[in-house]
Amino acid sequence: MSDTTTFTLEVLRYNPESDDVPHAESFSVPYQEDWVVLDALNWVKDNVDGSLTFRWSCHMAVCGSCGMMVNNEPVLSCKAFLRDYLKDGKGTITVGALKNFPVEKDLVIVMDSFMEKLEAVKPWIIRTTEKPVEEGTFIQLPKQLKRFKHHTSCINCLLCYAACPQVGLNPGFIGPAALALAHRYNLDSRDQGKDLRKDVTASEYGVWECTFVSACSEVCPKDVEPAGAIQEQKIESSIDWALDHLIPGRKAR
Amino acid sequence: MSRKPYEPTLPNTWWLEKPFYIRYMLREMTSFFVGAYVAILIVGLWQLSQGPDAWGSFLGVLSHPLSVIFHVLAFVFATFHTVTWFALTPRTTPIMRGDHFVPPGPIIGAQYVIWAAASIVVLAAVLW
Repeated sequence: MSDTTTFTLEVLRYNPESDDVPHAESFSVPYQEDWVVLDALNWVKDNVDGSLTFRWSCHMAVCGSCGMMVNNEPVLSCKAFLRDYLKDGKGTITVGALKNFPVEKDLVIVMDSFMEKLEAVKPWIIRTTEKPVEEGTFIQLPKQLKRFKHHTSCINCLLCYAACPQVGLNPGFIGPAALALAHRYNLDSRDQGKDLRKDVTASEYGVWECTFVSACSEVCPKDVEPAGAIQEQKIESSIDWALDHLIPGRKAR
Repeated sequence: MSRKPYEPTLPNTWWLEKPFYIRYMLREMTSFFVGAYVAILIVGLWQLSQGPDAWGSFLGVLSHPLSVIFHVLAFVFATFHTVTWFALTPRTTPIMRGDHFVPPGPIIGAQYVIWAAASIVVLAAVLW
């Protein structure tokens, strides 16, 4: 048991009505061993400054709303325990909005660009041939599900976008989560939309913007493995390119 | 109320922020040494095709101390590149057997086996 009684949050705050750049503000909160960073932020909001702005909902690493930078690492603040940041019984952390996104206010980012990218990869099952209802449901074997199931766990928390330097350097890059989801549907045995998604995933804003830093997979709280999903698509895209050049008329699809 | 989001920019020194990014950049840098070594190899082949004199002068350049230092460095970086690439392969090429993925160990191990076998073949060809 620790005899720590207080914990310090250095929160990077930004008020669009009065600030041009974010500035740090320090808050001392009571230390509780079972508290996560989100609990500490809620305590500040309830007891010190009601204007402190951040997103959260489920408090159990499912909704993906409370992603933020803690000590410059992208984390879900509901999953980041204060006790893990204690050093010699003392605790101080920096808390900021997720990197690589515009900041709306305090810890709230503008995620419009991500929503556009997500929609661009058509993350739903696409059928080019319809199956009559009387033929029954689509059968999927356990091994077919297993092939892509880990890519389905994404909660759109955007930690991977905050970790990826290519997202920061090239704002147009479709990015890890959306490309992983595209791969998830491409691998689904019920889907026939791979060729349609290719226009985006194999474009200059798609998988080829990735340089395999693999920070996305390192920070992913759901083990979605976006880095792997993107590299697999690069291999497919390369084979596609080669076949297009070897087989006359193939590219026309 | 009108919106005025703060637009951050990524500084050029982003890769110095974390050891993870530094390791990534180091790995990217190894490509220069791998590329340079391949270029030297191709020049060597060209010189070989130009006759004994050209080949001899190429060997002369190779034995220069600076060239030896470069080759030692290139070997270290190529090894770093290879080892880290082997470690990443289970991510790039997941293999399924039956209903399950093959664990990373055998995939990484198989590459070392192939590497060793290829090295033995090359050494055998050179020595005999």
